[in-house]
This record gives sequence, C-alpha cells and structure tokens, in this order.
Amino acid sequence: MNASPASPQVVIIGAGPAGVRAAQTLVDAGLRPIVIDENRRAGGQIYRQPPPGFVRSKKELYGFEAAKAEALHSSFEQLRAKIDYRPDTLVWNCAPGQLDLLHAQRHAEQTYTHLILCTGALDRVMPFPGWTLPGVYTLGAAQVALKAQGCVLDGRVVVAGSGPLLYLLAYQYAKAGADVVAVLDTARFGDKLRALPALLRQPVTFAKGLYFIGWLRAKGIPLIDGVEQIAADGKQSIQSLRWTRGGKTTEIACDALATGFGLRSETQLAELAGCRFVFNELNQQWLPQRDDAGRSSVPGVYLAGDGSGIAGADAAELSGRAAALALLQDLGLPSSKAESRQLAQTLRSNLQFRQGLETAFPTAVHWARDCADDLVICRCEEITAGELRRSVQQEGTVEINRLKALTRVGMGRCQGRVCGAAAAEILAHATGVSVADAGRLRVQAPVKPIPVSAALAAEEQI
Amino acid sequence: MSLLRRVAEQERASVSFWLDGKALSARAGDSVLTAVLTHAEQLRRTEFTGAPRAGFCLIGCCQDCWMRSEDGVAVRACTTEIAEGMRLLSGAVPVAGENK
Repeated sequence: MNASPASPQVVIIGAGPAGVRAAQTLVDAGLRPIVIDENRRAGGQIYRQPPPGFVRSKKELYGFEAAKAEALHSSFEQLRAKIDYRPDTLVWNCAPGQLDLLHAQRHAEQTYTHLILCTGALDRVMPFPGWTLPGVYTLGAAQVALKAQGCVLDGRVVVAGSGPLLYLLAYQYAKAGADVVAVLDTARFGDKLRALPALLRQPVTFAKGLYFIGWLRAKGIPLIDGVEQIAADGKQSIQSLRWTRGGKTTEIACDALATGFGLRSETQLAELAGCRFVFNELNQQWLPQRDDAGRSSVPGVYLAGDGSGIAGADAAELSGRAAALALLQDLGLPSSKAESRQLAQTLRSNLQFRQGLETAFPTAVHWARDCADDLVICRCEEITAGELRRSVQQEGTVEINRLKALTRVGMGRCQGRVCGAAAAEILAHATGVSVADAGRLRVQAPVKPIPVSAALAAEEQI
Repeated sequence: MSLLRRVAEQERASVSFWLDGKALSARAGDSVLTAVLTHAEQLRRTEFTGAPRAGFCLIGCCQDCWMRSEDGVAVRACTTEIAEGMRLLSGAVPVAGENK
C-alpha cells in the first residue's frame, strides 16, 4: 500500500546535521518523512543534546559552534509536528523495502520506498599496549561525557593521538576544570607544515585550531608532537603512559587517557541495503559509492553526512539537503537543479580541506602493523595480533573475511567497528598487500546486539 | 576510586540504585555508565580473560559497556538511563553463589 509511487514512504535514518536538513528539505516539498534515530534527542553526536533537565547554555555546550547547534535544534523543533519522529530507536537490519527496528526492547518493522542514510561516524582508533584498560576512552567518548553528562574523566588526563579533535577536546576539558597533564600528537610538525596550503582553504576552521593550541600553551599544558610508541600501564585501570620521541622514552603518571585519530564512517546499514562499496583512499576505508548528490548504487537509497565519508558537520548539513533534493528529483517533484549543482560544487571543494587534515594529522597505522604479538586487537573477542599473524602464516589467510572466519576477529558485538581498521592493517602488512586488497569486512544483521526476544519476534514475522 | 567526575549540571534530582549490592546515588538524566563510573572504575569483566572494562566509545558503537543487572538482564550502560532501584553488577566483587 505504502509502496505505490504516488505515496512515497521516505525514511531518514539518523537525526544529526545531515538527517535534520534532509527532513527539512522534504517537509518543505510537502512530504512527511519518517525520521528514525538511535539517540533520544536530535542533533547527532556533534550537536548532541543533554537529557531534559540539564541547564547549561548552548554556548557552554558547543562553544564556537553554538549558533550552528542552536539553528539545527530549532529547525528540528519546527519539523517535529510535520514528520514521523522515532527517537531512541535502533535500526538493526535493512533489507530491500524493509527495516527491522528495536524500540524499548521491542521489535517492530517499517517499510520504505526511499531511504536516506545519515548514520554518522565514530572515532577512528588504533590499538596500543594498555588500550583496553579502564580509564582509556576515545576522544569522542571523553567529549560526550562532558557534553551530555556534565562529567570529565577523573584525575590526571592525557590526550593522545591526532586530528583536530585532539586539541579541541584538551581545550574543552581544561576549560571545564579537568586536569589535563599532556597533549600528545603523533603527527610531526613537518606534516602540519606540508598541509598548510590545503588547511588555509578554510581559514576560520584553521584559526579555531590555532586558538585552541595557543590557549593550551598559555595555560602551561605540555603539547608534544611527533610522539611514537604509546603504551598505557596499570592493573585495575590506567596508572601511567609511556611514549617515545626522537628515540627517547618518557613516562607520565595519569588516571585517564583520551585517544583517537579522526573519524570513521558508520556504513553497516548501507551494506545491508545492498549498496556497492569502493575503497576510499582519503578515508582509508571502504565506503558506499555515491554520486555528487548522494545517490547510492541502489535506486531509492541515498547517502548523506559522515556515514558515507568524513567531511564534517557543515558538509553534512549540505549533503543532507543535496540528498533530499536528489530524492525529490527522482520522484519527479519540483527541486532546484541549480541548487543541487551548487551544493555538489561546495562539497567537492570541501574535500581539499579534508585532504589537508589527513596530511596534517595522519593516522598512526603503524601502531597496528608493528605491534607486539600479545596485543589485543579485537576488544570484544580478545583476539591478539599474534593470532591474526599466525593465521596468515599457518593457514595462508589473505582476505579479511577469511581471517574473521578463522580467528573471530570482527565477529564480536561491535562487528569490527573498533578493530576492523587495525585488523586490516595487520593482515595487509603480514601478506604484503594494500589494505584495499585485503578486502572488506562484511557485516551481518543485527548490526548491534538485540535481545533474543526481539530476534524471535522478527523471525515469527518473516 | 571513580573514572568520571561531575563538573556541571549538579542540581538534578537524586536517583538511588545498587551497585554490587551497595546502595549508591546518581542524578536524574545520568546514563547507567555515568551513574556507575562516578563511584567505581569498572562496568564488567570480559568473558574470555576476565579483564576489567569500563566502556570505550560512549556512543553505542563499541559495545564494551554491557553490564548485568542482578536479575540477569543485559544493559548497555552508555545508552541506558539510570532508573530508581536498578540493581547492577560490575564484576568487581564476587557474587554469592557464583562459581569460583
């Protein structure tokens, strides 16, 4: 019934910057999309809203980005009555024309004719000794604790890794009263210098980065670049962090560590939707293929925001609108082609800035390649680097899904979201091929754990 | 020891819960993770090596923060709100009747 072309059933997954702007564009055209979001409130991760009853101002919560957060939240409030909004709802499977949902521990199904996937991103991390200890978190996790819960990591905090969030988080933490004892950047000064021309394409963003660094320096917080071989020690939780720089080893006592290297797209639903994937050199990740407007390889399935390639929140708002405009065009509804072209051009030029960031803050992939055999790579199943390498040596494993089948890496509860990049690096390095040639780790429904009762309910309805 | 410290939003209603049989207090709007880690330094032990874990991503992606309640229900601590009377287990102390 819903499937007739006359009454399209549009579902948007994700209510972050991309999802909200996509919804707004469709509502403006007279449609009533369903917006499904795993979070309880709209805004995504970057403009995440604390639970009701929290009182900090947008300025306190989002700093320089307060005006954008306010604009997105108020746009969404105005949309609420004109959309079918399903917060706190997990989409755990995506088949042609149908989604499996979990809300309040209960199974539900939802049909669609058109789908806009705005699934966002998570921290890109690389394993190092001690990374599974309590007290070690991603940069994003440390930020969410502050933004959404008014908490900081307790005690002496080290911030380590690379990427723009490194300095932003250290600044936000120090400003909120956390005891930030060091910021360790694995990028070298030369990397940043090389990236300068590309970074200057977005002078405001670049200036903000310099501001955070200057502020941290003025507070006397040690900022150390060119850091290598990070290792956390501790029994019950992290107690100290070691690193080398220029051949010299330094150790610092600490109670918490926030770490990460930029972001990784959440692509599981696009894969289950049947989208074609290509290896993206810039993101160093397999991504669903999309055209300039956000059309995937599957008719009726559109991609927007960081979930199909990291470009940041501003670009996500634009790509959400672009995908919705493309959808309207495909439905034969009025939609400005000139605006679509303009959006595509802006998004393309944004990629050059992204390239600059990758040059300035390269991911320390050698942490995985060169790690000791006893290092746990897969946090869920506690699989070590040695087990992966032995599989290559003894069983001749050359492909990532074969490696998964033989060792269980990426088979656990997170489905390789956290360890997938590192496992691919280890496999590629051990077999002497590129990460792209090591293959793409495939996912299976449910994309996140669901109660057995919900899985049984889904079975019965098939 | 605790892993999290409150620096803002302190004026919220109090919520009582139990952690490993001990009565503790959280604030309305806390996640289970916040409620527990402002008092303690682990959420669970791993199935294979028994190593302590305390979550990692806090946005529902890594699945490293699944706790157990006393009645055996699994709770993803970072995305579940604390509720009055919750009885949670962190694996930090042996539970009566549990083997070894």
